[in-house]
Amino acid sequence: MRLRVGRGILPWLFLTPLLVMILIAWVGPLILTVYLGFTDLSYRNFLAFIENFFTSKVHYTISNFQRILGLKDPKIAEVIRTTVIYVSGTLAINAFFSLLLSIAIAYFLRNEIASMILRVTWLLPRVTPGVIYALMWVWFVDPRYGMMNTLLSAVGVPKSWLPQSWILYTPYSRILMIMINGYVGASFGMIIYTAAIKSIPPDLINAALVDGASDFQVARRIIVPLLKWPMLFVTAWQTLSLLASYEYILMVWGGGRATSDAYGVASESGVLVWSLYSYGKAFAEKLYGYASALSMILVVIGLALIILYFKVFGFRRMMEPSKVEV
Amino acid sequence: MVRVRLENVSKYFGRVAAVIDLNIHVRDGEFVALLGPSGCGKTTTLLMIAGIYKPSRGRIFFDDEDVTDLPPKDRNVGMVFQSYALYPHMTVYDNIAFPLKLKKTPKSEIDRKVREVARLLQIEELLDRKPGQLSGGQQQRVALGRALAKEPDVLLLDEPLSNLDAKLRVYMRAELKKLQKELGVTTIYVTHDQVEAMTMADRIAVMNKGRLQQFDAPEVLYNRPANLFVAGFIGSPPMNFVEGSVVERNGEYFFEAGGFKVRLPAELGRIGAERGEVVLGVRPEDLEIYRRDGLGGVEASIYVVEPLGRDSIINVKVDGTVLKILAPAEIRVEPGQTVRIRFKPSRIHLFDKKTGRRLTYS
Ligand SMILES: Nc1ncnc2c1ncn2[C@@H]1O[C@H](COP(=O)(O)OP(=O)(O)OP(=O)(O)O)[C@@H](O)[C@H]1O
Ligand SMILES: [Mg+2]
Repeated sequence: MRLRVGRGILPWLFLTPLLVMILIAWVGPLILTVYLGFTDLSYRNFLAFIENFFTSKVHYTISNFQRILGLKDPKIAEVIRTTVIYVSGTLAINAFFSLLLSIAIAYFLRNEIASMILRVTWLLPRVTPGVIYALMWVWFVDPRYGMMNTLLSAVGVPKSWLPQSWILYTPYSRILMIMINGYVGASFGMIIYTAAIKSIPPDLINAALVDGASDFQVARRIIVPLLKWPMLFVTAWQTLSLLASYEYILMVWGGGRATSDAYGVASESGVLVWSLYSYGKAFAEKLYGYASALSMILVVIGLALIILYFKVFGFRRMMEPSKVEV
Repeated sequence: MVRVRLENVSKYFGRVAAVIDLNIHVRDGEFVALLGPSGCGKTTTLLMIAGIYKPSRGRIFFDDEDVTDLPPKDRNVGMVFQSYALYPHMTVYDNIAFPLKLKKTPKSEIDRKVREVARLLQIEELLDRKPGQLSGGQQQRVALGRALAKEPDVLLLDEPLSNLDAKLRVYMRAELKKLQKELGVTTIYVTHDQVEAMTMADRIAVMNKGRLQQFDAPEVLYNRPANLFVAGFIGSPPMNFVEGSVVERNGEYFFEAGGFKVRLPAELGRIGAERGEVVLGVRPEDLEIYRRDGLGGVEASIYVVEPLGRDSIINVKVDGTVLKILAPAEIRVEPGQTVRIRFKPSRIHLFDKKTGRRLTYS
């Protein structure tokens, strides 16, 4: 007799491997993070803690959150400021500037070759290994051998404006931080946007041209409004990934893993962002409970921002049925 | 209102020739239909007139002004697209107001015009809706409203009725024609439906494979088609064609194809005989059925009868060739029955088999 698998079971059969992976790699750590956030786990009580794992002998506390939210940790104010600058600055490139680029590439540039070159230029960092990409920037801005200052003077930027070191001095270090992350992140938005622009029916654009619109007006009045969904998606996605990302900052500014030089010169250079701070607390200072609390707050902030975006973009209106698929 | 003149206009997409050497002069206020099968270059022609495509060769004039190099916004053209192309993110009101806003028309003026057009097209109650919430017929009227609100010099319509159901299409046909005459706007109307073209247009430009076949008034296309393509494309049911040759016997001319034999008028017979191989064409309504055996005519057997209500299309077989005959419904015949059919001599056309041209004599 053949085994009969019902329609009710079959989907679960297919989903199981993925669900198991999500459970192990995502739900598990999530629960662990929440749990640890309410404890005082650190290198000092590590072994004792492991023995009492998930028992009442563990010392539960909300002091981590009190320290963070009450700004009792002297670094927190600085970290918040840096993170706001980092996320909003990079977002301006990843979500907004990439929109302008995409419209230029997919609509204004009729020349296929020029458009292709632009596309590849912005995709290159994405396909370069991260460490190499970070190293290239370090060399690029090197005060002695780097091209950055040479190039800037060549286009007429006065010598007195250029810093001794792009890495060490604010605001240059922060500009650099935004450039590094923006250049590699913009391609994500560009791929989404150009695909969306190409899927706008040509008749719609032709109709606008016949109605008397200039190319600029077509972009502003037709293309941009039709890209609301992709814009929301890219903005939300990039906000979350920027809040959580610190790898390039770590590679360019960070130090080793000894407690003393955990954050390298990140703090002095004004590029110590929340996620890097949390990383350092966990893996350099080994204050696991505190680091977990930091991460948890970051996730909550991320979710709050997503809800805010939906409000701003008019979620209701966007969900209205439309026969024209864009 | 302007005259529109296309002179030797061609358009190539890479190696695809979409339009070849097109010459069309549209008079001021005229309603011209561009008629042809799918892919013959109708939309391409409209888009060139609108300024979206630049012709690969040739010039386009509005009155005496050469507009070939003008961008669309400087041409004052109104266009209804095949897909309607309503802006999905704007309300009906904003859709219609869009061209006016771009012209920097004062707000009160825009409002007046939008409402006027909405009243004309009976879409007043739809003004607050989005295009996604409209039926096909409503969308079509909104698209028309958007094209008319800017008071264009030339109105271009790309198969505006093709997405409507049959009943609405017949209704809108008359409405559009009336509207065009009232407004007096020079109109070019694209369609692949010959009935639409025949019923609405002052003149019809028939196109095939990018080339103009004939540009004339509907009755001229019907009664004196320039070639086999036009003869076959115009009229429903279509014209009957039989390949054969013309022979002379005792001063009389006959068209012969196997056992099929028809006597021709002397003038037509003479030029037909010079050609040798020809195609005979006769419209279904120019054939008559006799049930009695008797003199004259051609013997045929009834093949299929298609009743249409008022008329019937009677398919008969003459020596292997099927001919369609349009006959009054009262004529009762049965499949298999043998009858005689008669050709109205003055309504017989002969076409050159090689070139497809209709043979004419003065
Ligand atoms: N943008 C384009 N790129 C390449 N080829 C095109 C383009 N537009 C049209 N063509 C080709 O040109 C020819 C004419 O197309 P066009 O759209 O003008 O036909 P049409 O008469 O409007 O047909 P339909 O009745 O199906 O709308 C077709 O062979 C088509 O494939
Ligand atoms: Mg078309």
